[in-house]
Amino acid sequence: MKYNINKLSQKQAFWPAVIFLAILLFNLIVTQGVFFRLSIVDGHLYGSLIDIFRNGSKLMLLAAGMTMVLATGGTDISVGSVMAISGAIACSIVKAVDNVALAIVSAILAGLICGFWNGFLVAKIKIQPIVATMILLVAGRGIAQLITSGKIVTVTSDAYYFINGGYILGLPFPLFIVIFLVGLLVLFVGQTAFGLFLEAVGINPRASKFAGIKVDHMLLVIYTISGTFAAVAGLIESSGIKGADCNNAGLNIEMDAILAVAIGGTNLMGGRFSIPASVAGALIVQSITTTVLTQGVPAAYIRVLKAILIVVICLSQAPAFKEKLAAKRAAKSRKAVNG
Amino acid sequence: MSSEKRLLNAAHISKFYGKAVIALDDVQFDLKKGEIHALLGENGAGKSTLIKVLTGVEERDGGTVLLNDREVHPKSTQEAQNIGISTVYQEVNLCPNLSVAENIYIGREPRNKIGKINWKKINVNAKKLLKRFNLDINVSKNLDNYSVAVQQMVAIARACDVDAKVLILDEPTSSLSAVEVEKLFEIMRKLRESGMGIVFVTHFLDQVYEVSDRITVLRNGQYVGSYHTEELPRVELVAKMIGKDYASLNESAVAGQLEEKAGKQEELIALTGVNGPGTIQDFNLKIGKGEVLGLSGLLGSGRSETARVLFGIDHIESGSIFIKKEKVHFKHSLDAIRRGIAFCPENRKTEGIIGELSIRDNIVLALQTKRGMFHKISNKEAQELADKYIERLAIKTPDADQLIKNLSGGNQQKVILARWLATEPEFLMLDEPTRGIDIGTKAEIQKIVIQLAGEGMAVLFISSEIDEMFRCCRRMVVLRDMKQAGTLSGKEISEEAVMRIMAGGEDE
Repeated sequence: MKYNINKLSQKQAFWPAVIFLAILLFNLIVTQGVFFRLSIVDGHLYGSLIDIFRNGSKLMLLAAGMTMVLATGGTDISVGSVMAISGAIACSIVKAVDNVALAIVSAILAGLICGFWNGFLVAKIKIQPIVATMILLVAGRGIAQLITSGKIVTVTSDAYYFINGGYILGLPFPLFIVIFLVGLLVLFVGQTAFGLFLEAVGINPRASKFAGIKVDHMLLVIYTISGTFAAVAGLIESSGIKGADCNNAGLNIEMDAILAVAIGGTNLMGGRFSIPASVAGALIVQSITTTVLTQGVPAAYIRVLKAILIVVICLSQAPAFKEKLAAKRAAKSRKAVNG
Repeated sequence: MSSEKRLLNAAHISKFYGKAVIALDDVQFDLKKGEIHALLGENGAGKSTLIKVLTGVEERDGGTVLLNDREVHPKSTQEAQNIGISTVYQEVNLCPNLSVAENIYIGREPRNKIGKINWKKINVNAKKLLKRFNLDINVSKNLDNYSVAVQQMVAIARACDVDAKVLILDEPTSSLSAVEVEKLFEIMRKLRESGMGIVFVTHFLDQVYEVSDRITVLRNGQYVGSYHTEELPRVELVAKMIGKDYASLNESAVAGQLEEKAGKQEELIALTGVNGPGTIQDFNLKIGKGEVLGLSGLLGSGRSETARVLFGIDHIESGSIFIKKEKVHFKHSLDAIRRGIAFCPENRKTEGIIGELSIRDNIVLALQTKRGMFHKISNKEAQELADKYIERLAIKTPDADQLIKNLSGGNQQKVILARWLATEPEFLMLDEPTRGIDIGTKAEIQKIVIQLAGEGMAVLFISSEIDEMFRCCRRMVVLRDMKQAGTLSGKEISEEAVMRIMAGGEDE
């Protein structure tokens, strides 16, 4: 049993998952169980825990895509804007022709094109990723506003509301979207050699090219996936607010996504990565938000808490800090051996 | 040995990494004023670790270091430099995006009264300093405009300028041409005369005997002994370094056994009138099955460029490449890999290893790309492959899970070789496969090359060490200025002949 725990703790997702559970535990104690109180209304589960999963679904999707982008040593800061575009397209179509399927397909296609565009700039034109994706970050909201003529488009469609508000087996529908898409991605990365190639490219793109990896194609695929996942997140967002708000949809969420990946322990300089760890990271970020809100603490504290979190993460990843810790441990174990 | 002349004395030095790895075990080393002291040993012998300890990169776990009879304990290279221990590392440790002058004076820029950097003075001083090294270059240009050799000289100039008493040169010559090495030796002798103590780490025994006064040998982290250079015959030195007889090594790699096959092989690769992208011009080459073709020439003569074209990294502008008489177009290295070509590039660190990945992942990588992303090599097969090549190439590692960056240079090279052998290539290109590698591993790699050719593999062998070429090749193409300058085969191959063609004499 002990051996199993040791093995488990080697997994990158282990510590983020533990932290997430610790946050939940904190809530359990502080709220004396209120936090975990699940009520069943009309056969649906309600409660803070469910909120974390429902509201965290967007971040989990973005974090999954962002993990791969960061693993290549790049970054994608356009995901928030892509969410706005996706929402704008979907809501406009629903409003105009009331065809939810067409709306969803069009929105996802738009995200795919946005992602491909980012990938093209990075892989083929060789623009630095932060600059390349900044183009869409800036232009994306403009494009979204052009689609909606600058207005907030509200929709009335139960089918469309289902994307965010629906339930299957008593659980919120967005959770199923996450499980399906992230599961697909994890399977793809793990069951093919994509994961190995991605790590190699992230660590040493030049040597990867010499070993026969098509680095350009990898980048194209990865940015496209990130854009596509952002579009799905945009659908969930717009379904939640029952309309497209081009100014606020997904605003600043790219930073939360990067934070989630960092909490998951993926090296932001590229290389080793873990999608499940990033998903756990996203849950941590979301649970902090939810905790603060349910405790009645002013929302402004969320940012302070996140900042503290970032400091702790940066510290724990800093080579100097790691070395100090390792040296201390080594000294201790040597003492133990000698003594 | 009077103590007044003793400059640096390190005694009973030990260094552990973690609990298990003993990098240095009770090692001693002493350096006198005005001597060039060669520090020798195979890869993993502990030379680098000793240097790291002396220069403050690593802290020693035991022992004492005396500089001018005073105990020193540098905690950083900066601190070591301040007390007079200067180092030039094997890999050039400068900033390619800064100018030559900035690189020399970085961190100690001359300033005027209000603290503004005096650029004029920097440039003038840098120019003067490099003149002493017979280097007349534009010091305000960025460093990456110059060859690795020039960069190395700049690094040395920088190290000498900071009032050093001890100068440590870690493999300074591995990227220099013969002429540049001579220049460097001249400088080293000059510095010796001025009373500086120089620690010289190298794999080139010729250079040891040419320039050093004394030799200290390490083996497996232990001190073997210190000797006066003129009193230690070469064969004995080698025996001390590897701990076994040199004779048994020497006979292992003999290309003679391939002689009868030469010229009769079935043609595998042919180049006709190939022009590279601003590189090689009008290349015509034929390589047969089971042949080791040597490609010789100075740096920048088109050796690596030929391999790059054959591997699809560079695209040809005109001419044709044939494999088994069939014309091929390589758009990407993967196209070449799928046609049975393998390439160990010259620059192991930037083009070869994926540092943060395990040995196993590094080995299976090329085979995986060859098979395609959707045909994932199972963990079991990967482990078997890794174990097989670790054993076959005698890669020194506890297991296949180790990160490749933690291996010594020679073992890294073997892993890269394993990566390509795993793809079962028909044509293997090796670009400087033994650079910066100890002689034991060198001989092993040469032996493997000959063995592979014996099994029918065609090999293109690129090396700047001509005697290595003698051992492995029966036919050699000599390049000069991106052109084929001459071909030598069989008994025609001699150092003199190769040099003559390289230098641009008559072609016959």
